[in-house]
Parts: sequence; structure tokens; C-alpha cells
Amino acid sequence: MTKQTILNTTHRAAGAKMVDFGGWDMPLHYGSQLEEHHAVRRDAGMFDVSHMTVVDLHGAHTREFLRHLLANSVDKLKAPGKALYSCMLNERGGVIDDLIVYFLGEDFFRVVVNAATRDKDLAWIRKQAPAFDVSVTERAELAMIAVQGPNARTKALGLLHADDRGRIEKLGKFVAGEARGPGDMPLFVARTGYTGEDGFEIIVPETDAVALWNALAAAGVAPAGLGARDTLRLEAGMNLYGQDMDEDITPWEAGLAWTVSLDAGRDFVGRSALEKQKEGGVPRELVGLVLEDKGVLRHGQRVLAVVGEGEILSGIFSPTLGKSIAFARVPAGARDNLRVDIRGRELPLRVVKYPFVRDGKPVS
Amino acid sequence: MSEIPGDLKFRKSHEWARVEDADQVRIGISDHAQAQLGDLVYVELPNVGDRIEAGNACAVVESVKAASDVYAPVSGEVVAVNEALADKPETINEDAYGDGWLFVVKPDAEAKDELEELLDPDAYAELIENEEH
Repeated sequence: MTKQTILNTTHRAAGAKMVDFGGWDMPLHYGSQLEEHHAVRRDAGMFDVSHMTVVDLHGAHTREFLRHLLANSVDKLKAPGKALYSCMLNERGGVIDDLIVYFLGEDFFRVVVNAATRDKDLAWIRKQAPAFDVSVTERAELAMIAVQGPNARTKALGLLHADDRGRIEKLGKFVAGEARGPGDMPLFVARTGYTGEDGFEIIVPETDAVALWNALAAAGVAPAGLGARDTLRLEAGMNLYGQDMDEDITPWEAGLAWTVSLDAGRDFVGRSALEKQKEGGVPRELVGLVLEDKGVLRHGQRVLAVVGEGEILSGIFSPTLGKSIAFARVPAGARDNLRVDIRGRELPLRVVKYPFVRDGKPVS
Repeated sequence: MSEIPGDLKFRKSHEWARVEDADQVRIGISDHAQAQLGDLVYVELPNVGDRIEAGNACAVVESVKAASDVYAPVSGEVVAVNEALADKPETINEDAYGDGWLFVVKPDAEAKDELEELLDPDAYAELIENEEH
């Protein structure tokens, strides 16, 4: 039985093509994935991300717990409301999940984890929390709507209570605050996202989610599905859990070294394995690729290198660039002369720095 | 879903054929197929002069979602291809039975029998109805 978010009926009424995503019945698109992608790059779009899991952590030792649990350092979180992207690793240094953690008070942090990994994430967190006397509360009654695009903040701000608007408008990137929405519904508004555009991710009580969605639509925010979400995040150079990394892949091998903090005296789960792999030499690396020829790079295609081979992890037709882009994992250092095998034809690949798109404009 | 024109014949794999005269059969993919594929981004067509065999893969349509082979509904020689699709593959999404045609074949003698085996519009409509349930 697939699970449904509170917005399921709304999506279906809008004519969405629905797909199973990690056990959830979610909108793939509402007619045209390409148009939804462009709407986010050029104006404002919204995604139902209520399938994601919100977990609240309470207790006097919550920061200490997160120092242990996460590969990035929560000591970077100094002002309440500030958010941090991090991996949660197993003892082998493999990625259990990637998540965002919000610092809301010394005894209160909030984490948002992926939908498909919910069960194992909760089990992992709950297993380790008692040693730090931290209580773990899943907030299944909360829905989440991501509003993204150059005009997203302006359109969303217009729906907020006048007394809250100025404060939320001034939120820095990767900072969250509470505000009242239409009918004074209580919102948790974070200036975060998964598209490379400015915008908000808004956590809202399930009972108010449909009203918020409709109010955003009335303000000119276009509904967008998982298809556009995937092309937007890859253009923005962001990893997708399960496709670009998993429990057998370390952050070093997934282009996520920037999220690992080897700060002195902090013994997080997976640290010794990461240090060991770094000393011995990381065998594989993640690279960004562009295909200049016609064709589309897709998950699972073989990448041929001068020595050895790799594979395409995330691959899409990039609507902003008008050609195909991808992440691939290849033998370390194998950046020259890469080729992809597409249905028996070998096509040359160009290794590029990513993000592929920044502020709506091509970078590569 | 748009109306299925009455002069088309279909393969179960969602290609259509339209007999325009004895020397000309136009080929495309169905409106149902384009809707399933989503936005098309590339089309790989045969070359004019190529011989194609009924039931063999002879073109590829690639959407944001997947690459999909196109199977020839009839055997014959390719006499025209829809060059406009190179720059505007979305034409197939917009008009699968009209401007979104793929190529034109001059049918072989046995094509008459091959055409007999294809589905008429009612049978095809029933097929996709059953697929959707």
C-alpha cells in the first residue's frame, strides 16, 4: 500500500501523473516536466515534499548527540534558526542518509531526512539517542511545501502575517524562522531548497497544508513534480540519496567532502573509517559530466576511462543547458578521455565543475 | 487524450501507420505513447534510403524519462524523414498524429499483409484503455 501525503487529492485534481517514489504516491508532473522546470528557474514553483520526515530532538545533550551522529559539525550552528547540511554515516563511513539539521535551541534541534530512508534513519537515531538522554519525536502530522525560484520568496512573503513578513524577508540563506500564514496558520519557514534557486521550504501542520498550497497557487506559484525536482537539483549540483551515494559509499567518493568536518577532538560515527580511507587513497571519485552529442545520460550507463570504468549515477537532459548532464563515479583521477556507452555507441564526455547552473544561468 | 484519427492503423507497441497512397505510408507514435513518455528531448530517425523490416526497431524517441525504441509497422524503404523534429522534438507531444510524424516508407509488396495485421482505431483504443486499468 503506497502512502499518500495530505495533498494527494489536490495533485490528482490538478491532473498530475502520479508515480511511486520510495513507497509514496507522488506527482511526477502536472502536464509538462520541462515547463515546470522552467517555471522554477524563471519565476516560482512549488513542490509537495510532505513525504520527507521531520524529526525533533529534545534534551540538554542534543548538541553533543549530534556531534556524535553527524559527519558535519553542529558546532557551526551558533544562532537559533541556523541550518546545516550533513551526512549521517555508519561505522564503515558509508552514508546512511543526507539531511538538514536546524538549531532551534540548546535543547531542541530538528532534522529533516529522506522519505525512502525513514525507517532505517529513525531506527539508527533511536538506537543512539538514549546514551545522550535525547528524546526522538517523529512529526508525521507536519506537511512540507518547497517554494522555489527567483520570485518564490516575494510570492510566499505576501501570504505571511504582516507582523512576521519583515523578519522572514530578512532571513539569511540556510536560516529558518516561525511565522503565521493565511488564517494565522503556524509555519516554520526555512530559506533552503533543492533546486539551486532562492526560496523557502515551509513546514506546515497537515491540517493547513491544502489551504497553504491553494494560497500559493493563487499567488502565482506553479505546481511542480518530482521530475522537475530531479532535473533542477542535478543542474544545481546536488546529490540524490540512493542514486549518488548509499551505505557502501563514503562522502569522499560522493563529492561530499565539503560536508565532512574533521574538527579536533570530535569522534563522530564513521570518522575513523573516513580517515583510514583518506590515508590509503580514495579509490573512486564523483565527477560532473556534460554530453555534447545528442543523447541522454542515464543512471546505470557505463563510463569508459583510459584505465578502468565507472558508471552514470544521476543523468538527465538538462532543460536549462539543452543537453545532457550527469554525475558519474569513476576511478580516482580518471578525468581524461571519458566516454559513455549509450546503446552500444561510445560518445565522448566532458568533465566539468558543478553546479552546472547557477542563479538560473549555465555555468559549464 | 485526443481523438484517434480513423485512417490510422496501430502496432500494439504504440506506433501508427497511415496509408497515404500505394507508394507512401507515414509512420509515427501514438498520442498515448507520447503522454506516457513525457516531454520528448531527442529523436533518432532512420536515413532516407534505409530499408526497414516490420517489427524491427528503426528509430528511437527519447524523453525526459526514458529512451524508447520505435518498431516499424510495415516493411519498405524510407523515402522521407521529419527533419523538423531535430530542433523541435516536442512537436510529437503537441501533435502526435499530425506534425509529429517520424518518417515515410515506400512499402514492399508484402506490406499489404502487414497492414492487415495492425489494429484499427477502435481496437487500439481498447488496448490502451485496458493498459490504464
